[in-house]
Amino acid sequence: MYVYDELDRILVGERVTEFRDQVKRRISGELTEDEFKPLRLMNGVYLQLHAYMLRIAIPYGTLSADQMRTLARVARMYDRGYGHFTTRQNIQFNWIKLEELPDAMALLASAGLHGMQTSGNCVRNITTDQWAGVAPDEIEDARVWAEILRQHLTLHPEFSFLPRKFKIALTAAPHDRAATKVHDIGLRLLRNDAGEVGFEVTVGGGLGRTPFIGKMIKPFLAKRDIVSYVEAVMRAYNQSGRRDNIYKARIKILVHDLGPEAFGKEVEAEWQAIKDGPLTLDPAIIADVAARFKYPDYRRLNDDPSELAHARASDPRFERWFKNSVSRHKVPGYAIVTLSLKPEGGPPGDATAAQMDRIADLAERYSFAEIRVGHDQNLVLPHVAQRDLPALWRALDGIGVATPNVGLVSDIIACPGLDYCSLANARAIPVAQELTRRFRDLGLAQELGRLHINISGCINACGHHHVGHIGILGVEKNGEEFYQLTIGGRADEQARLGDLLGPAVRYHEVADKVEDIVAAYLELRSRPDETFLATVERIGVEPFKERVYAVG
Amino acid sequence: MRLVKAGRIVEDGFARVADDAPIPDRMPVIVTAARWRAEIAALSRRAAPLGIVWPNNANVAELAPHLDRVALVALVFPNFRDGRAYSQARLLRERFGFRGELRATGQVLRDQFLFLARSGFDAFEVSKDPDAEAFAAALTRYTVFYQPAADERPWVARRRLAHRAVTSPSLREAVQ
Repeated sequence: MYVYDELDRILVGERVTEFRDQVKRRISGELTEDEFKPLRLMNGVYLQLHAYMLRIAIPYGTLSADQMRTLARVARMYDRGYGHFTTRQNIQFNWIKLEELPDAMALLASAGLHGMQTSGNCVRNITTDQWAGVAPDEIEDARVWAEILRQHLTLHPEFSFLPRKFKIALTAAPHDRAATKVHDIGLRLLRNDAGEVGFEVTVGGGLGRTPFIGKMIKPFLAKRDIVSYVEAVMRAYNQSGRRDNIYKARIKILVHDLGPEAFGKEVEAEWQAIKDGPLTLDPAIIADVAARFKYPDYRRLNDDPSELAHARASDPRFERWFKNSVSRHKVPGYAIVTLSLKPEGGPPGDATAAQMDRIADLAERYSFAEIRVGHDQNLVLPHVAQRDLPALWRALDGIGVATPNVGLVSDIIACPGLDYCSLANARAIPVAQELTRRFRDLGLAQELGRLHINISGCINACGHHHVGHIGILGVEKNGEEFYQLTIGGRADEQARLGDLLGPAVRYHEVADKVEDIVAAYLELRSRPDETFLATVERIGVEPFKERVYAVG
Repeated sequence: MRLVKAGRIVEDGFARVADDAPIPDRMPVIVTAARWRAEIAALSRRAAPLGIVWPNNANVAELAPHLDRVALVALVFPNFRDGRAYSQARLLRERFGFRGELRATGQVLRDQFLFLARSGFDAFEVSKDPDAEAFAAALTRYTVFYQPAADERPWVARRRLAHRAVTSPSLREAVQ
């Protein structure tokens, strides 16, 4: 956990005071809606179809048990008793009243939570691997760097009115769980030939209407230079990014128009001018931020204790969950546990206040009071002793967050879609709900193996449909919802965009078509352990197209 | 519109001169970048202070060699969502060492004041009167700043290190 100091707390409090004044001026009419809009957006407040929506930042997806309880209180006091975890490791409340917003924010601030820069044309919540700090394959804890950048880019005077929103993601593991290649800036910690750890920098990735995979512009950047280099990228973008057309304003368009090489040169020139200035990271500053991350006092335990072995052998339901939802931890005797927020028939990523409270209790009891939020819209208990797994599983099962479908076909990522969002053209949540019912058979889901379905209710792609193994995009034709299907997308270190399968289909046909895709995969795969993605990569889209769009 | 300088509402000592109007000899004036480019020699011979309106899509590096003869640069916010002039301001102050008046013009509202001041602006053509009156309050709303900019406000990392250096000899060495 990163522990806020007095200065961090003062800033969040000052932000609440400022926002209270802005809401007052809006209600009195001193501010027009047009003037208020960017101010509320910079505090995470959207005006949705039915009400204001409040998005709370969860920096690098790390929450304390107390913070989770505060989220539960906000859900109860100011919303309808639930919250929605998003693909940017944030949480959204969908039914907040404008006049209650300052009080809700003050309550959040008491737990060190806020909505700063969760929307608007500024640098958004910086995301990273939800397993950072505990993943066996990481070089180091990427959250230290996410925090250094978060601080630098919070209320940055120069970069608060960018051409468009700006998203940064970091990973420190060879397996990219943070989708860094589809971010405005993607940072990957790696070790060079000399044994030094630094960053590989990619820019201009992104989804939305014009999807691009990020382009590498710096193969190796020393740690001390990360802030100055990011500043140089931001400055080039702030000055040269297009502002005449909202659809062409993201940095990906600038990088594409100039070409990655020319853009990289522009950044390099700017960086050379500032790299040895005050932004160079003093080792003491890095050490200071790193020291603020408190790691659990792990006990000396052995892997595979007898309690675990016994439960696995005696209870097939536990065994299925264990194999699906429990991952290796870097410390012997511990495990990383993923809590599925994708129950059969449920909206992906939703949690009730009661579930949040109970998860906070369980985190205190079993996970050193720490919880993570993943971009896959699931939660994680990152430090569970393996011997506690059977007891934890029973408790999680009791509140409906132990569906053993993590990474499987029914672990669907979906945006809020037309049920909430004013931009959407089509519903996304009911499509996801129907698919979880179609694939309720966990034996079948397991047989299908790793298969990610992503659903977006419009071209803005908040459900990341381009990088879904199966991507579903809602569009509108003559006032009716239609859905385009893609296959073969992926968001990891081998990121690629999915290929279109065929003509868009109607709402009531989507689940049938997905079943057809799955049936085609079962027929076409060369071996039972060839994953869906591997099959698509081996044979291409055509054989799927023939089967899914077969006449009659 | 109100002009705020040094935290107070003041009279504007500069006159804006249209491109086709004659330039008065003894009076501080503000001209467009186009006119400055066209009449650069004549303008630099004048004794009275010169101001230039610099558009937000023009590179401020072009101004750099001439800054010692420029008393005022007016940067432009066509609307307050267009933030290009923040970068221009920082470059003028931090890279090119401009010490004259840096004026924010266009749609300049209360909630930008602190960002503007931190980016190096010291004069503000404020669109709404109540905003101009709230200037001082807007500038003191925050006491914590996470990053260095064109102003002198101490930033968090430095404050933390200074605080810790008092208590930790090893850190004190690291800072020195």
